[in-house]
Amino acid sequence: MKMDSESTNQHHEAVCPGKKEKLVQLQTERPALDLDTVRARVAETKGPEFWRSLEELAGSAEFQEMMHREFPKGASEWLDGVSRRGFLKLMSASLALAGMTACTKQPLEPIVPYVRQPEDVVPGRPMFYATAFELSGYATPILVESHLFRPTKIEGNPQHPVSQGGTDVFAQASILGMYDPDRSQTITYLGETRTWGAFLEAFRAPLSIQKGLGGAGIRILTQTISSPTLADQMRSFLKAFPQAKWHVYDPGGRDNALAGAQMAFGQAVETQYKLDAADVIVSLDADFLASGFPGMTRYARDFASRRNPDAGAMNRLYVVESTPSPAGAKADHHLPMRAADIEGFARALASALGVHAGSGAQQGEAQRFLEAIAKELQAHRGSSVVIPGEHQPPAVHALAHAINQILGNVGKTVVFTDPVDANPVNQTDSLRDLVADMRGGKVDILIILGGNPAYESPADLGFADALKSTNIPMRVHLGLYHDETAELCQWHINETHYLEQWGDTRAYEGTVSIVQPLIAPLYSGRSKHEFVAYLSGLSEASGHDLVRSYWQKQHAGQDFELFWKRALNDGWIQGTAFEPKQVALKSEFGSPATVDANALEINYRRDPSVFDGRFANNGWLQELPKPMTKLTWDNPVMMAPVMADRLGLKSEDVIKISLNGKSIAAPLWLQAGHPDKSITVFLGYGRTRAGRVGTGAGYNAYEIRYSAMPWLATGVSIEKTGTTYKLASTQGYQTMETPVGERPLVRTTSLEDYKKDPEFAREEEPDADETLYPHGNGHIQPEGWDYTKEPYAWGMAIDLNKCVGCNNCIVACQSENNIPIVGKEQVNKGRHMHWLRVDAYYQGDRNNPRAHFQPVPCMQCEAAPCELVCPVGATVHSTEGLNDMVYNRCVGTRYCSNNCPYKVRRFNFLLFQDWETPQLKMMRNPDVTVRSRGVMEKCTYCVQRINQHRIDSEREDRKIADGELQTACQQSCPANAIVFGNINDPNSQVSKLKAQSRNYSLLADLNTRPRTTYLAEIKNPNPELQA
Amino acid sequence: MAAIALWACIEFQRSPYVTYAAVAKPQPVPFSHQHHVAGLGIDCRYCHTSVEVSSFAGIPPTKTCMNCHQQIWTAAPLLEPVRESFRSGKSLVWTRVNDLPDFVYFNHSIHINKGVGCNTCHGPVDRMPLMYNYASLQMEWCLDCHRAPQKYLRPRDQVFNMRYEQPSGAKPITVGGKQYTDQLALGTDLVKEYKLRTVSDITSCSTCHR
Repeated sequence: MKMDSESTNQHHEAVCPGKKEKLVQLQTERPALDLDTVRARVAETKGPEFWRSLEELAGSAEFQEMMHREFPKGASEWLDGVSRRGFLKLMSASLALAGMTACTKQPLEPIVPYVRQPEDVVPGRPMFYATAFELSGYATPILVESHLFRPTKIEGNPQHPVSQGGTDVFAQASILGMYDPDRSQTITYLGETRTWGAFLEAFRAPLSIQKGLGGAGIRILTQTISSPTLADQMRSFLKAFPQAKWHVYDPGGRDNALAGAQMAFGQAVETQYKLDAADVIVSLDADFLASGFPGMTRYARDFASRRNPDAGAMNRLYVVESTPSPAGAKADHHLPMRAADIEGFARALASALGVHAGSGAQQGEAQRFLEAIAKELQAHRGSSVVIPGEHQPPAVHALAHAINQILGNVGKTVVFTDPVDANPVNQTDSLRDLVADMRGGKVDILIILGGNPAYESPADLGFADALKSTNIPMRVHLGLYHDETAELCQWHINETHYLEQWGDTRAYEGTVSIVQPLIAPLYSGRSKHEFVAYLSGLSEASGHDLVRSYWQKQHAGQDFELFWKRALNDGWIQGTAFEPKQVALKSEFGSPATVDANALEINYRRDPSVFDGRFANNGWLQELPKPMTKLTWDNPVMMAPVMADRLGLKSEDVIKISLNGKSIAAPLWLQAGHPDKSITVFLGYGRTRAGRVGTGAGYNAYEIRYSAMPWLATGVSIEKTGTTYKLASTQGYQTMETPVGERPLVRTTSLEDYKKDPEFAREEEPDADETLYPHGNGHIQPEGWDYTKEPYAWGMAIDLNKCVGCNNCIVACQSENNIPIVGKEQVNKGRHMHWLRVDAYYQGDRNNPRAHFQPVPCMQCEAAPCELVCPVGATVHSTEGLNDMVYNRCVGTRYCSNNCPYKVRRFNFLLFQDWETPQLKMMRNPDVTVRSRGVMEKCTYCVQRINQHRIDSEREDRKIADGELQTACQQSCPANAIVFGNINDPNSQVSKLKAQSRNYSLLADLNTRPRTTYLAEIKNPNPELQA
Repeated sequence: MAAIALWACIEFQRSPYVTYAAVAKPQPVPFSHQHHVAGLGIDCRYCHTSVEVSSFAGIPPTKTCMNCHQQIWTAAPLLEPVRESFRSGKSLVWTRVNDLPDFVYFNHSIHINKGVGCNTCHGPVDRMPLMYNYASLQMEWCLDCHRAPQKYLRPRDQVFNMRYEQPSGAKPITVGGKQYTDQLALGTDLVKEYKLRTVSDITSCSTCHR
C-alpha cells in the first residue's frame, strides 16, 4: 500500500475523535500486502539483513508505520459506535461523582479455615508433587505447584533422569485444560444427564450377553497407551472376553516409524538418539526440536549442550525438510525439499555411504548438499546420527537405520528399544478393521476410551459415518469433552483429567512415572483405569488401588511401601528404562518410489499449538504464536513465496484444496523457506464441538486426509477462490527499530569467523554518564545509585545458540503470572498480553533463509526510558535493579509503552481477565496480582519468586544460592537457554555468561543498560558447503 | 473551598469508617482474644501456627478449638457453631479482620524474624474482647515503619510478648549484655544485628506490590 502525503493527512484527521465516519477507516488494521510492491522492492533494493516478515523484507509503508508504534494502528482507538468524545461527555457526570467516592471501602471478606488441617500443610506456602503429563503415550515428567491443594503451575522435574527439568508447551498448558469450564461435567445418555448408576443399569444386560459370547461383539478403541497398568488391565479384560478386540488409533500415530523398523530389522523397535554424543546430526524431515516429538525435551537439552562455541566441539546440524520448523531454523545447513523427494535423497545418501539402497544421484544444490553430508558422516563414524522424520514413509526410516548402522552409530548415538506403545499395531489398519466390523454388523458394544475419532480419523474410512449410520446398540465414549465423537455415541462418560487421577506412563526411553492426582476430580468422572476395571467386573475399584496393586505385583522385594513412596516422591521408578535391544539389519528397502517432479504435493502436520486437535479449547495454546509463522487462533496453508508469485496468490487469500474428490477452503500463508510445488496443511482445527474457545477456529484438514497417505499426498489441486481471510499473526508487531545494517538485534556469525573475532557481537557502549537522565538510574532512586553495593542485582542472559524457539517459556510465563488471553480479534489489533515473546528473524534468501529465534522479556533497563515518562510513578526502579510495575498506581496513560524501545509492555485495553468463572479463579497464582482493565503490565523477572526466596534465605540467615531461584521461563526451558541470577556475584552462572565475549545488549546505543542480555548465535557451517 | 473538600476527602479515607480500624466485624462466634491470651495465657502460635514460616499466619482449624472445648464449656450455647462445624465437617466462616488489598503481598514470617512484635501492628490483642484491626493498614502506616524500622524493632525473644514495653529510663532493657534506655539506640543496633535490608531496599515497590 502506498501512502502519499495526502493519505497521511487523512490519517491524522481520522485519529481526531468525534469524526465517526472517518474513525471507521481505522478498523482496517494492517492493510494487506501488495504483492507487486513487494516483488518490485525486493528486486530493486537491498532489504534489511534480518527480517521478521515478508512485509519487512519489502520495506513496505505499512510496516514502517507499524514499527513506530508500540501498538498497531487502531489498538488504542475507541472503535465502538459511540465516539470517544461522546463517551467522555456522557461519562463526565458520573466521573465527577466517582471522584467523590474514588476512595474505596473494602468489602468484608470471609476467611475459611480447615476443620481438621492436614498435617503437612502450611497455609501460604505451595507444595510440589511429582507426576507426569502424557501425550500420545509419551510422558513428560513434571512437578506441579499446589496451593492448598489447588494445582496452579506445571514445572519440569529437574531430578528426572530423562527430562532434567524441561517441559514442552503442551505440558505447560495442560493446567488450563484441567480447569477448562467447557470440559464435560456429567455422564450423558443421548445428551441428557444421567448418573453412573443409570449407566451401570443400562450396561449390565448387554455386557452379560457378551460374557456368554466371549465378548465377540465388544470393540474397544483407545489412543496410544504406554501405561503399564492400563495395558495389563486391557490384557486381563481380553482374557476374560477372548473374542473382544482392542483397536488403537492416534491421528499422529507412529505407523511409519514402526513400519520402518520392521522393514530394517524385522521387528517394531523404537529409536532413541543420544544427541549429546553426536558431532554431526542429519535430519531427514525430522522436527526433533518441536513440542510433540517424542523425547523433545531431552533432545533439545542434549542438542543445546553441544552448541557452545567456547567449550568442547560444537555439533553440526544438517536439515532437509519439507516444512519450515524449529529444527530447520537451528540448522547449520538447511535444504528445503519436497517431502516426496526426501526418500530419493535418503536413498542417494545411503548409497553414497555404502548401503545398497538403489538409485539416486541428486541434482544441483541437493547433490552438493548430499556429498557434503556423506563426507561429514564418513568422517564422524560413531559420533553422528541420521534422524528420519515421523512423517516420512517407512523406507526413509529403514534407510536412516541402515546408515546409522553402517556408520557404527548404533549403541553410541542411536539406541533401539522396545516401543513405549503397549500395543504397537499399525493404527491405520487397526481403525480400518474396526470400521469394517462396524459396517459388517459385528459390533454390539463399542467403547471409545479417549480420543476423538469421529473428528480425527482419515476421511476415506468414514468412521463418523459408520458411527452414525450403523446400528451399534451400545456406543460408549469416555472423554474429557462432549466432542464430535461423544455426539455420535449414546453414552458419554466424563473422564477425569490426568491431574485428577491415578495412573502411570512411560517417558520416551521407557522410564515409568506414576501419575498422581493433584486435586479431587472437579466434576467427578472416571479414569480409563477405573472404566476398564469396571468392564472387568471391578465396578468400584479406585484408580489408586489399581495402579498400586499392579506395581505391588511387579515389585519383588519386601520393601514395597518404601518403593512406592519413593516412586511418588521422585516422580519416576528406578530401573524401568528399556534395555537397548540388539537388532540385525536386513538389507531390504523396497523399490524406489517414482516421484513426479512437477506434481503438487500436500503435507499434513499436527499443529504446533493445538496438536491433533485435542488442545483446541485451550486458550493459552490457541493464542500462542506458532514458532515459525507467529500465527494465532488459526491454521494456515503454508506455501513458498515463489510458488505464490507464480500463481498470483498472496497471504490470506483463501484457496480451495481438492484431493480425491473432497475439498476444503483454507487461508494461505506465505512462508519463507518452504519448498516449491508443495503445500503444508495443519491438523487440529475446524472443530465443531471443541468448546467456546476452539469451536469454529480454522479449517479442518482431516477432511482431505486419507488413510493410505496420512502425512503426504500428491495429486492435490488448488484453486483461487477470490476471497480473503484475516489471519492473526504477531510476527509484524512489537518490532524494534535499528538502522539497516548497523547493530542488528540478532547477532550471528560462523564458528570460523567467531574464532577470528570473538568480540564481534560487542559494540562500544556509550559511557554510563552520557545520559540526560538523572545520573544513576531514573528519577526515583537517589542520584548515583550504586547497584554493585547491593547484595543482589538481578540479571538474565539468554543464549541464542541454545534457544530452539519451542515457545515453552511463553506458556510458562503465562501460567506463572496470570496472563490473560485476548482472542483473535484483539490479537489482530496487537493487544495480545504475552510478557515474553519469541521473535523469529529470517536472514537472506526468502527461498531458503536462515532463521533465528530471540526470546524478548522486559530488559529491566537500569536507565529505563519508561520510568521517566510515567506521570504517576507507577513504574520505578527497585534497589536490586528491577523495573517495578505497580499496578495499583497505574492510570493507563500508556506513555511508558510508547517510550519503551523494546516494546515489551502490554496494556489491558479491555477487561481481558476472566473475573467470573469459578474454575479459572482457582487456577490463578495467588502470589501475583490479577490485573484489571486499564492497567499496564510487563515481565517482572518473576518478582514473586525473588521475594519468596529472599525471605526464606534471610530467615535462615544466608544468601540466595545461585540456581536456587529460577524464573518461570528459565525453570522449564528444555534447552537451558535462559539463565537468571545475581550479577553482583561474579561466580554466578549468569555473571559467567555475561562475561563471555558473545554477550551483547539489545539497542545498547540507547544507553538503557539492559539487565537482560543475549549471547550471540554462532552457526557451525561446513566450510565446503559455504564456498 | 476546594482545599477543604479535598482535605475532607482525605480524612474521610483515613477514617475508621473506611479502614475499619478499631471496628469489630461480625463473626460467627464472639471469640475473645482477651480471655484466651491474657486470661488463659495461650501463646499466639498455638493457633496461628504458620506465622514464623509463611506469609500467612494461619487461622486455626476447628480442631484447634475442640482440643480444649471437647473438655470444657462443652455445652455452652455460644460454642454451638464450633461444635456443629466439628460434627459436620463444614468450616466456620469467619470475617477477615486484618484485610489488605489484593495487590499487597505481606509476609508474616520475615517480620517476626526481624523483630517486629505482634502487637506493634495488631495492637493490644490481649485486651480485645472482640477482635478489631488496630491500625489503618494503609500504605502510609506501613511506610512509617519501613522508612524507620528502628522506631519499632524489639529483641526476637520479645516478639510474642503482648505486654512488651519499649525501653525507657525507668524501664531499661538489656540485650546481649548491653543496657538500653532508649528505643532508637536499641532499634538502631537491632537493625544491624538482624541484618535488615536498607530503607531504600524495603521501600522499593516490589517489596510489597507485584
